[in-house]
Amino acid sequence: MKTLHVATAAVAATMWAGAAIAGNAPGVTSTEIKIGNTNPYSGPASSYGTIGKSIGACWNWVNDTGGINGRKIKWISLDDGYSPPKTKEQIRKLVEREKVAFTFQTLGTPTNSAVHRYMNKKQVPHLFVATGATKWGQPKKFPWTMGWQPNYQTVGAIFGNYILQNYPQGKVAVMYQNDDYGKDYVIGMKRAMGDKYAKQVVKQETYEVTDPTIDSQIIALAGSGADVFVNISIPKFAAQAIKKMHAIGWKPAHILNDVAASIASTYKPAGLEKAKGIISVDFYKDPNDPEWKDDPETNAWRAWMDKYYPGGDKSNKMNAYGYAVCHTMIEVLKKAGNDLSRENIMKQASSLKEVHLPMLLPGMYADTSPTDFYPLEQMQMTRFDGTRSVRFGPLISAETE
Amino acid sequence: MALSDAKSVAMRPNPAHTAVLFGIKLPMWNLYLTVIGIAAALVLPFVVEGFTVFQLTQALVYAIAVLGLNLLTGFNGQFSLGHSAFYALGAYTAAIMVERYEVAFYWTILPAGIICFIGGFLFGLPALRLEGLFLALATFALAVATPQLLRYEHFEGFTGGVQGIDLFKPDSPIEFLGGDQWLYFVVLVCGALLVVGAWNLTRGRTGRAIMAIRDNPLAARTMGINTSLYKSVTFGVSGFYTGIAGALGAAVAEFVAPDSFTFFLSVWLLVGMVIGGLGSIPAAIVGGLFILYVPNISEALIGQVFGDDPSAKALIGVAFGCFLIFAVYVMPNGLAGFVRWFVARYSRPGI
Repeated sequence: MKTLHVATAAVAATMWAGAAIAGNAPGVTSTEIKIGNTNPYSGPASSYGTIGKSIGACWNWVNDTGGINGRKIKWISLDDGYSPPKTKEQIRKLVEREKVAFTFQTLGTPTNSAVHRYMNKKQVPHLFVATGATKWGQPKKFPWTMGWQPNYQTVGAIFGNYILQNYPQGKVAVMYQNDDYGKDYVIGMKRAMGDKYAKQVVKQETYEVTDPTIDSQIIALAGSGADVFVNISIPKFAAQAIKKMHAIGWKPAHILNDVAASIASTYKPAGLEKAKGIISVDFYKDPNDPEWKDDPETNAWRAWMDKYYPGGDKSNKMNAYGYAVCHTMIEVLKKAGNDLSRENIMKQASSLKEVHLPMLLPGMYADTSPTDFYPLEQMQMTRFDGTRSVRFGPLISAETE
Repeated sequence: MALSDAKSVAMRPNPAHTAVLFGIKLPMWNLYLTVIGIAAALVLPFVVEGFTVFQLTQALVYAIAVLGLNLLTGFNGQFSLGHSAFYALGAYTAAIMVERYEVAFYWTILPAGIICFIGGFLFGLPALRLEGLFLALATFALAVATPQLLRYEHFEGFTGGVQGIDLFKPDSPIEFLGGDQWLYFVVLVCGALLVVGAWNLTRGRTGRAIMAIRDNPLAARTMGINTSLYKSVTFGVSGFYTGIAGALGAAVAEFVAPDSFTFFLSVWLLVGMVIGGLGSIPAAIVGGLFILYVPNISEALIGQVFGDDPSAKALIGVAFGCFLIFAVYVMPNGLAGFVRWFVARYSRPGI
């Protein structure tokens, strides 16, 4: 046992010394940067897996064009099946065995929650996680974790601002899913509307994810006489709401959260005609939108898809998302130059200044600071015209602090 | 020669005690393999890196859960697709006790098991009216309902809702053992105690009663076995095992959330049990290793063959499916069945 003890101590000492001497993060050599990722390539959330695949294709393109500052990217993306214990296992494998420099775009709220503390304890950058929860932007408590997409509170605040500007006298009805996701939107709305929230909101209803239908909530909200309806629900319930509203003839201005603003999973099941006029928000270019038919950026994306991800679906918005988020990471690594310590990677990620990213809406940019770990905080309103979601009005920004 | 062989077979009290496989008597094989297994289990955490220790710990946790399911299905003949619910109940019991009431982790393992015993026993009572496929359906409902209940807002104060609960694994009290190694030994000791328990249970009167119910419920009842009681108790014991696995699993993952315990977990446990072999205790370890490693092997294999092609990720499931079909095709009765067949095929009667 004594020899074992000594051996373990020796190994530990070597590892510690190795980490202390080398300036660059583990996984960084003069020719390579190792980046880790988990995605649900199998299991209930596997439709998101295309994000991980499109990012992998993006790194192949980066490597073909010479890499970043002469370093190629080694992208190790593992399947976690959207199961938090599996995520923990895969992330530990990436950090401890593969010795990645950092992780990037790990997908899912429960899955990232399972490794949130681990990554911060190990002080490994846990960058641009693929989830809209608000908790990824706590630089004081979790200085190694950062989100990317506009978070739910930001979107809620944008809805609040929109109501203040367009329906200053409107009576507002709110329905939301009774969990952190739904409550985050309401927090954002309250922040934007201040004491107007209490004045204008005449009725609030919640539903549980377990509820079979939300018919009674819709009837109660319609009964309040509201002329603005803020609908914070997932596609299944959003489609039910659209149908029920049509059935009882309630026609308020319908503001639907971006989570459910999908033609395929919400509007079509509910009936395209019934979904006409729904207002929502968007922050990146939908490749299906005829507006981007001849857009050079979207065409570049299409050419890239053909060459690097030929198996991918060019009508799937998520592939555009993967492309845009990958460019955020490229920007951070370019800025970091030859100082690829974990500290510097984190420092560069938290000092993005109005960085334009391809496939984001025109005029949009990523912006962070050591106290602002929310890169994207702008969105544009859209209105569904029966065949597609048409953008209108200026970009709206809402800072989350 | 043949004649005398036949004669000796007829006269031997138990051929399993004297049969010879590759020149070594069967009981000696048992002894050697057990000793090698125990030695490997004790030495491994010192020769492999921390991450592998963590993986082995998780595999042991799954093995305990598979053992629990095997007691119910393999020995008692009752089907369950709901063992993720017991696993979740055990995990949440441990997590809530540690995080909300600041109980030391070690004191949560047994309560987690006991709560799951009660849960299993109570579920076993109404399940008595259900046989085979219908019982599978009822337990399926349990598996589907559990994550939703864990999210339910009125339990949120306890369960943490969708966010789940973070907990830290216990620190190692022994200087030369790292955190991962210590937890490995905690799980190993629990697993060893549970294996001994299962072994005793299945070899005694109770075990014979449990198996008699599986083989022929009507005959068992005629023999005076209280089938209702035994079936409910077996459900309880199975829950106890799975609950303990859940509590240990919570410490290994250091996190519990509703999405950790979906219906898929039940299916994985079922896969582990079938691959290991129904009605065999050592098979549970094979099942645990299979659950943990074969998906990883599939992933590595696809990575090796297809390199950086992003579309190839979709094939991981296909590779896993092939492994599964291959395993079932080569070993239709699980690894335990394969070993039994192998011994029967290659062993010679002893003298």
